[in-house]
Amino acid sequence: MRRYVIKRLLLIIPMLIGISFIMFVVMHFAPGDPASIRYGLNPEVSGSARANFSRMYDLDRPVLTQYALWMRRFLSLDFGRSLTDDRPVTSKILARLPATILLQGVSLLVIFCVAIPIGIVSAVRRNSLFDRVMTILVFIGYAMPTFWLALLLILLFGFKLQWFPISGMSPWYTAYLDGFARFKDLIWHLVLPVAATAFGALAALSRYSRSSMIEAMGENYVLTARAKGLPEKRVIMAHVLRNALLPIVTIMGLTLPGLVSGSFIFETIFAWPGMGRLGYEAIMNYDYPVVMGVGVIATFLTLLGIFLSDVLYAFVDPRIRFEKRE
Amino acid sequence: MNKRIIFGVTIVSMMALAAIFAPLVATCDPLAMDLSPGARLQAPSPEHLFGTDNLGRDVFSRMVYGARISLSVGFIAVFISLAIGIFLGGLSGYYGGWVDGVIMRLVEVMYCFPTFFLIMMVIAFLGPNIVNVMVVIGLTSWAGLCRLVRAEFLTLRERDFVHSAGVQGVPDMRIIFRHVLPNAMAPVYVSATLSVGAAILVESALSFLGLGVQIPAPSWGNILTAGKNYIDYAWWLTLFPGLAILITVLSFNLIGEGLREILDPKLRERR
Amino acid sequence: MIFRYHINSTGSVLKIKHRTGTFKRSLFLSGAVIFFLLVPAAMSYSQHGEWVSRDAYVSSGIGDARILIPFLADDSTSSSICSLVYNGLTKIDKDLNVVGDLAERWEVADGGLSITFYLRKGVRWHDGRPFTAGDVRFTFETMLDPGTGCPYISSYADIAKIEVIDPHTIRFYYSRPYAPALLKFGMGIVPEHLFRDIKDIRRIPQARAPVGTGPYMFSEWESGRYIILEANPDYFEHAPGIKRYVYRIVPDQAVQFLELVAEQADSMDLNPYQFFYRSNTRQFTDRIRKYKYLSHSYVYIGYNLKDPLFGDRRVRRALSYAINKKEIIDAVLLGLGEECTGPFLRGTPYYDETVPGYGHDPVKAAELLREAGWSDTDADGILERGGEEFRLRIATNQGNQVREDVATIVQGQWARLGIKAEIQVVAWSAFLDQFVNRKQFQAVILGWTIPVDPDIYSVWHTDSMRERGLNFISYSDRRVDELIELGRREFDPARREEIYRKIHRYISEDAPYTFLFFPYATPAVQKRFEGIKPAPAGIGYNFIDWRVPEREVKYKF
Repeated sequence: MRRYVIKRLLLIIPMLIGISFIMFVVMHFAPGDPASIRYGLNPEVSGSARANFSRMYDLDRPVLTQYALWMRRFLSLDFGRSLTDDRPVTSKILARLPATILLQGVSLLVIFCVAIPIGIVSAVRRNSLFDRVMTILVFIGYAMPTFWLALLLILLFGFKLQWFPISGMSPWYTAYLDGFARFKDLIWHLVLPVAATAFGALAALSRYSRSSMIEAMGENYVLTARAKGLPEKRVIMAHVLRNALLPIVTIMGLTLPGLVSGSFIFETIFAWPGMGRLGYEAIMNYDYPVVMGVGVIATFLTLLGIFLSDVLYAFVDPRIRFEKRE
Repeated sequence: MNKRIIFGVTIVSMMALAAIFAPLVATCDPLAMDLSPGARLQAPSPEHLFGTDNLGRDVFSRMVYGARISLSVGFIAVFISLAIGIFLGGLSGYYGGWVDGVIMRLVEVMYCFPTFFLIMMVIAFLGPNIVNVMVVIGLTSWAGLCRLVRAEFLTLRERDFVHSAGVQGVPDMRIIFRHVLPNAMAPVYVSATLSVGAAILVESALSFLGLGVQIPAPSWGNILTAGKNYIDYAWWLTLFPGLAILITVLSFNLIGEGLREILDPKLRERR
Repeated sequence: MIFRYHINSTGSVLKIKHRTGTFKRSLFLSGAVIFFLLVPAAMSYSQHGEWVSRDAYVSSGIGDARILIPFLADDSTSSSICSLVYNGLTKIDKDLNVVGDLAERWEVADGGLSITFYLRKGVRWHDGRPFTAGDVRFTFETMLDPGTGCPYISSYADIAKIEVIDPHTIRFYYSRPYAPALLKFGMGIVPEHLFRDIKDIRRIPQARAPVGTGPYMFSEWESGRYIILEANPDYFEHAPGIKRYVYRIVPDQAVQFLELVAEQADSMDLNPYQFFYRSNTRQFTDRIRKYKYLSHSYVYIGYNLKDPLFGDRRVRRALSYAINKKEIIDAVLLGLGEECTGPFLRGTPYYDETVPGYGHDPVKAAELLREAGWSDTDADGILERGGEEFRLRIATNQGNQVREDVATIVQGQWARLGIKAEIQVVAWSAFLDQFVNRKQFQAVILGWTIPVDPDIYSVWHTDSMRERGLNFISYSDRRVDELIELGRREFDPARREEIYRKIHRYISEDAPYTFLFFPYATPAVQKRFEGIKPAPAGIGYNFIDWRVPEREVKYKF
């Protein structure tokens, strides 16, 4: 078991390197360059200023050299400096990371607390009205374009009903609020983004919980327990739940990459000051160092999610060490 | 079960027919602008079933033509990922050994990619157009299919008919694709159907970010984006494309789920 | 329903709804209010008889600022924040004339070879230190230092020497006269005592927390969220009327509009559709006012003069006559624009209103094309010449709805004449690379911002045809070159205006562009802000004179 964990952990590093290389190459093969994007057709900026800009950021060197330079900095955990405002990429990302983690974290919590009970209840009361309604909602959730949902939420709850703020994480006058007001305000700002972010994953996870529960309920030991005359509730809570929960928890790890990719869209719609938006804007501005930084972190989170999922799964079922899973 | 598939297939066929026979179904030319005052941003009416957009174009007709784009993106992207996934999965499952090792490593790398980020990057840098979108989605979503096919091949490879074909001297490629593959397709059908829905969602998300199909070509995603600016006024520009995407993806999912219910017990039996 | 924000004694923000009252009730109330207002109004004048700064103005925009040092700020957000925090030696008044800012007056001598500025006395930096000529010298020496990497360095390259005469007088010596200089001295001055010993200017703390002499002092910058500035009560003109200036970053224009109507933002730039369709409800017009002024930019069709198709001037003029500009303005901008005939801003003395330009005249267009040898010999609707059809590609960049719509309409208008045009919409980066840098294009639809100074060297002079220069259509005319050079040296305003009017006429006659239109800028601002007077310079030029009446103040802290 330990060997497996270490093996998976070690794999992360070459993965990161390989993926970062691919991203780097893709970026540099794009037509156009940051100097043009930045100064474009601004008549007040001269050609020498543009050339100077390129030189300052090593943009006039060959691609492989640039990658080597980047790698060397990366090994000392320095992502270089942003091409838009020359701030260290690391501090830009660190400034935005908490917002993303907050959003993802709360979403994950909500998914956990809502999806699993729904799945369990659906499984236990199979084919009841509750189950059928939930199934319909789940299917809609799978098929819903989530950014559309986000827009509808903003329109209905933010604009028409004015129950929640339309966008942003905190109002500009947050510095003038006391602690409690600030906290309440933050919660209010979180409601709509979390609802939009969690919706899709909710559908998936509740479905998975349901099928996991059904499968667990069909096991032999359950029949035995029932035959022994134990009350149904006891059977479920004591036996089934424990066994059904473990595979569910392993899937949680896999929702992490999904949340990371969703963040690009949601953070733009909700003006959430997170890393996703930073990455999207960096891509649009050809801000190579920031794109690499965000890409590496996003990859890392993905790898982490998969790693956690794998380890938990292996922990659950030691027989299975290879990739035979859905 | 059956009800679901029937519902799903009906919807998808309607969409597909509408897309194929778009010139007949659409009431107006989707690119025809009507710039006369009062013609823009009209609410739905008998004349314009889904209203008009900011250039006076009939939204219903644009959506009918948009179905072409959304559906073809879905199908072609999945086709590409199927082609790659089946090919590599088949090779991997049949040969095993170092071939399997290499391909599986590749699959792991694909899994570990922050896919959406990569898609955004590629399209932003190579230019947003429908071909790039299809190709990129296809190139990033074959990993799951590959694994499925490989898993099937691992089991099937031990079967008698495969052994006998090998003994008879049938070339490998033939064995893989003529004999083993047809039996391995069951889970692939399910996965592929679900993937079409996913591809349509990705395309609309990309259009939303300005990285998808570009105007004036209509796609459901870019009608939504264009209508975003009038969201509280011209609700029809947001509601109908969103519903269309929802219903189409839902239908594909229903078909996929239905197939799974049909094929799954069979799968269980065969083991 | 309107909301007001109060901070109560415990520091919580209370959001209080106020119902808009009935007529009779409000009539009585206004009477009472007016009476009771007189007393507090009298009390809110400080002992200097000036209005006390109050309330906050929350503007919204898509992009975050990048760097708050004026001569390094190359994006519009950073520039607008800098304009509130820093002052230059000169500034622009509401009619786009150059007036003094930190300089009370100046003297131009030797035909422009030396300019002496007499600076205001008693001006202080936001940290209390006095402003002197030393700060001015330091600022310009830093800008001229190639190591700084200032993007605007070419505007100051002719400065040969800077001499401080006394703490409030400074003289600039030029190697050759440079008429745009007076305008360029609007560049914000930075404090020497804070910048002096810094090795890398981009990494100085003041890049994120600026210290200037301007009407607003820096308060807070939450990256990606908002920037807050607070009024400088000791500003040398007078304390600003609005206590806080907040720039909120809302990356989506649709959401910006919702925020505006929900009163979570106080202003935004409307697009034509929002201007006409979305802002006519009572909910909107009760609380928000729209403004309109000519934007400092124009949209045009540019022809690659190296392409044989456009070598003949008659063809270019025909293409221009074939365009119905009014139809384009009505269709694309819903009428919110004015026709353009040359590269200067209409309403300024450089724009010659008597230049006829090219009105919509399809008959004349057809005639010119015929003269140039184009005719439809096989009656297929497309013109031919020597066996070749008249086909061309119009290119424009992705992401700009206006330009794409213009391209579509232009295509249609040219088709009526027998010209088959194909539209290419290309991603911005690829566009710049292929079309601008490598000059592989036929016709492009683009726009230019019009700087306040009429010097158009970088776009129209033969020298700017070199690689990566902005004269990518390869326009080269000796007369225009000479006039451009002359304009750069001429300090006399009347003579200068004459020069540029001539340039306007020549370029118009040559038709290397089809000048299309100037769009209107259409900002919307919450009604509680009074004192807004649209002028050629826009609405923000007198921001420090804006006021909010006591009873309408929204942010009371």
